[in-house]
Amino acid sequence: MTLLNAALQGVFLGAFYAVLACGLSIMFGVMRIINLAHGDIAVFGAYVVFVIVEHTGVSAFVAFAAALPVMVVLGYLLQLTVLERSLKSGILTPLLATFGLSIVIQNLLQLTFSPDVRSLGGSAGALTTASWQVTGGLSVSALGIVVLVVAVLVFGALQLFLSRTRFGWMMRATAEDADAAELVGINSRHVYASATALAVATAALGGFFLAIRSVFDPVSGPTQLIFAFEAVVIGGMGSLWGTLLGGIALGVAQTLGAQVHPQFSVMAGHLLFLVVLIARYGGGRIALRVAR
Amino acid sequence: MTLLKVDALDCRYGLLQAVRRVSFEVEAGETVALIGANGAGKTTLLRAIAGVHRPNGGRVELDGVDITTLPAHRRVGLGIALVPEGRRLFPSLTVEENLRVAASPRRPGRWNVRSVLDVFPMLQQRRRTPAASLSGGEQQAVAIGRALMSNPRLLLLDEVSLGLAPIVVDAVYRSLAGILSEGATVLLVEQDLTRALRVAGRVICMLEGRVVLEGAAAALDRDHVVSAYFGLRKPA
Repeated sequence: MTLLNAALQGVFLGAFYAVLACGLSIMFGVMRIINLAHGDIAVFGAYVVFVIVEHTGVSAFVAFAAALPVMVVLGYLLQLTVLERSLKSGILTPLLATFGLSIVIQNLLQLTFSPDVRSLGGSAGALTTASWQVTGGLSVSALGIVVLVVAVLVFGALQLFLSRTRFGWMMRATAEDADAAELVGINSRHVYASATALAVATAALGGFFLAIRSVFDPVSGPTQLIFAFEAVVIGGMGSLWGTLLGGIALGVAQTLGAQVHPQFSVMAGHLLFLVVLIARYGGGRIALRVAR
Repeated sequence: MTLLKVDALDCRYGLLQAVRRVSFEVEAGETVALIGANGAGKTTLLRAIAGVHRPNGGRVELDGVDITTLPAHRRVGLGIALVPEGRRLFPSLTVEENLRVAASPRRPGRWNVRSVLDVFPMLQQRRRTPAASLSGGEQQAVAIGRALMSNPRLLLLDEVSLGLAPIVVDAVYRSLAGILSEGATVLLVEQDLTRALRVAGRVICMLEGRVVLEGAAAALDRDHVVSAYFGLRKPA
């Protein structure tokens, strides 16, 4: 029963990782950008919600709804001002640009908010503490359910958007061949900027979940990035449903690992990531790549 | 009426100059064939007119409006459509999605999904098939149909026969003949000289980035074209 409960908690934790990873997957899928600032953008989003809560005293959920449009606009501008230029100069430049952005965001947050650890758990109401005891060993937290449901809704909505709407087709067309997309009248700059806006919005959602389920500080981003990155790779690069499943697999590996030893939790996730990498690309080829 | 005017256009890839001070005009309703050996600069010229290759000098005008610096997607809105070399369909999108994604809301007209499928009946059964699993001929039909979806005033066709079996090329050109007879303005690149001379009213021959011969297809002597094509004789 303890193992089953651990696996269940892992699913809830994994849904959170999947939400974090969603934007990373979008930006890689559409623009082939690996956004190293993704975790910091998520934490930045958490701080935006935090500021709104501090100044107005509204619930964290209301504050998040207010923060979302801000993040969408920031994402759009981020593409037009920074990422678009970096994309023009080869595959390595966006990596360096987002790495720099990560440092800038962390230091700006340190400067503005001090290194103090914060949480929005207190302003999210009873939701953060409510839970049900299903049977003796199984417990389900309200927050876990909310995160899981939201994750499935976000991924489902994205899937519908990409497969059923004209703008979704435009996004896929631009991802597959930006030149040919321009030739059929698609404004690829607008499509790219919209993809980044979408990615930043889902990053903010991930940051918001981080803030209400635990704590955050200005340098929380890189850890979140690693988990998000592992979820994307485990699920298969650029595949949306894969990312959701990858996040859940990572979460389950971590909670099951914690059953072995509390300090083995994160390590178990890393091991799963490694096993998937080796299984998918073959140990020999990885060794070769490392050797080169 | 002059629909397209290209004036002293220069295009480079780094140090390589692909198009050198090319000037010509295309009248509305005309079918003009651009011919020349591989590497003569035909594809680059079409891409510059469509807006996906930024020229290093010169001007492109559509209906008297300077469009030299306009991005490709805005030119589609003004009525230029290019069927690119190698077809360049969106592989994961179905035939119908490939067509509908190219529909321009600001350019309604004769062409829509239904009328395109009428011209290319072989696509009727394949509407829900991803473009990646179509045959070469079917892909070319989708590529042409996709360009038509924006109801262009000027249709640019880049080697629509490339990599297709002769019988399929015939089928594609039969469908094109119907489109041409409706008075469309077309600038096409074609490797097959005989076909180019048959389809086009006027022929422009390029050699090493320059226009070396230009004239009405009916009036041109085939030997003269061949020598201009390969640069065997300096044109007068």
